[in-house]
Amino acid sequence: MTKGAMLELSKLSRHRDGVVHLDGLTHHFERGKLYTLLGPTGAGKTTLLRSICGLEQVDSGVITLQGQDLGKTPPWKRPIAMVYQQFINYPHLTALENVAFPLIRSGTPKAQARARAQELLQKVQLGHLTDRRPGALSGGQQQRVAIARALAKNAPVLLLDEPFVNLDYKLREELRVELVELLAGNDQMTVIYATTEPREALQLGDQVLVMDKGRLLQVSAPEALFEAPCSVDVAQVTSDPPINILPFTQRDGVACFPDLGDVAVPEWGAGLADGSYFLGLRAGGLYPAAEGYSAIVRLAEVNGSETLTFLDLGATELTMHEREVRDHAIGDKLTVAIRTEDALLFNAQGQLVDTRAKEG
Amino acid sequence: MRTVYLAIKYTALLLWSSFVVFPFLWAFSTSFKTANAVTSGPKWIPWLQFEPSLQGWRSLFGGVGGTDISGPYLNSVIVTFSASLISLTLGTLAAYGLSRFQFRAGPIRNADITFFFISQRIMPPIVLAIPFFLMLRQLGLLDSLAGLVLVYIALLMPIAVWVMVDFFNNIPRELDEMAWLDGCSPVTTFFRVILPNSLPGLVVAGMFCVIFGWNDFFFAFTLTFTQTQLLPVAIVSLNSSVTPWWSLSASALISIAPLVLLAFVVERFLSRGGLAGAIR
Repeated sequence: MTKGAMLELSKLSRHRDGVVHLDGLTHHFERGKLYTLLGPTGAGKTTLLRSICGLEQVDSGVITLQGQDLGKTPPWKRPIAMVYQQFINYPHLTALENVAFPLIRSGTPKAQARARAQELLQKVQLGHLTDRRPGALSGGQQQRVAIARALAKNAPVLLLDEPFVNLDYKLREELRVELVELLAGNDQMTVIYATTEPREALQLGDQVLVMDKGRLLQVSAPEALFEAPCSVDVAQVTSDPPINILPFTQRDGVACFPDLGDVAVPEWGAGLADGSYFLGLRAGGLYPAAEGYSAIVRLAEVNGSETLTFLDLGATELTMHEREVRDHAIGDKLTVAIRTEDALLFNAQGQLVDTRAKEG
Repeated sequence: MRTVYLAIKYTALLLWSSFVVFPFLWAFSTSFKTANAVTSGPKWIPWLQFEPSLQGWRSLFGGVGGTDISGPYLNSVIVTFSASLISLTLGTLAAYGLSRFQFRAGPIRNADITFFFISQRIMPPIVLAIPFFLMLRQLGLLDSLAGLVLVYIALLMPIAVWVMVDFFNNIPRELDEMAWLDGCSPVTTFFRVILPNSLPGLVVAGMFCVIFGWNDFFFAFTLTFTQTQLLPVAIVSLNSSVTPWWSLSASALISIAPLVLLAFVVERFLSRGGLAGAIR
């Protein structure tokens, strides 16, 4: 057992009907940390969480909790709490009874369980609605009850499977902040939060686990992950707005972008060996300029105080992100320039080429 | 336009409801008539103008020119309700198993088991009558309440299974899983979480069981002789060379009475959306 490890997953694999859900996944989770599990739909996030709490059987691999193998433990005996993507509560019980339910099941005296439930509901801002049944609560309130119920179990591991994805944008932000407040000062519980949203994952997690096709692609602290995604796949999964991936060939100190023409590689690429590469250009690395590449606006979205523009550059499509409201109409001709300084460089296999090492 | 539509709508509704209700009103009025009033017909106003008499009703409870149906009535209540209760209990348990767990026995799967239950109702009753007769004779249960209860369980349980499997399939599985994660074993999950949320399904299944059990004539007739008589058989045997319309009407009315009462009690459970808020 790794020192400080709460939950250890070792070579978890699961295949069903030719589809890989988990592919030799190994990781250890520490006590008191919040992990975000980031990956596209179908990456195996839900399968992983369901396997941890025993609702899904793995084909091979071992799940160890505090040094104990959980393989033979049925879900109702695992000290693991979970909040689903759907808002699930017991429809025949009031909010208070819902939250007290796991406590009473585990043998807590009724009065004590109700007092604790009341306290938890207060914490999730539902202190005034304890007598309502789930049917009479809004979606956000229902999910708050579900979170309170999961916390009531007081399990060492809390799993959250895209808990806010079914809520509207504003409520999602609100609940995310509340969740962070709820978990503040937690140094006992291991929390795993699955999401498809890069922003959410980077914002919430102490550690971000990037997952796709049943494997962990990269595990890093959020900043490190953002600055140095280890591969093209990770860069794509972790970027919102989407990152532009441009293939190019390096020959004699000049990068040839088939879609853009020759571009002198900036200083970080000076020592680059000849060959094929991918340039990972963040949407913010494109900007309108007097000179540059001519592009046609395919679609422009204003989101709050930001503008996201999808550009057509003849052979390729690029996404441009501006931190201001711009009025680009569909079909407009724009000239854009590229800022390559903070772009990412990947080799032909899609692995990050560490250029900063060369700088130093 | 709207007025015309409303007029057509209400006329249609009125016609249909009178078509449905009229036989009951007719039976109601006939049950208070004497033999003469039934055969001679009214002088001026049909169905209403006659000398009321309790002769029809009295004859049902040992009055002159009739048979006492209180015994068969009680038998019917006992057989129908005990068979329904047992069927509902067994059927609900079976249905939960079929809905939630995968059974395998050779090539047999859940769907086959469900079909086996329902197939009991696909066969025409006449096919079942002879085996039932022989089995009850072997057991010495012919012409007895216990025998009838057994047979009715065989007939009613498929209905309960059928209704409840469908009902349980509509309860999200996540509710069961949540209960497991909250520390309930599958058995506790069923009793603590699923059953309390199944009232509408239980009510529907129970209703079907009671209606089918109460209205059965065929098995009540073929599996009994003289000792044990159920209400439908007793009513039919009221008929003699002269059809006693007055007592037949009265018996028809009291034979539907329990179902009507039940319908009123049960109706309020059916309209409620029992699972609202389980999952979104």
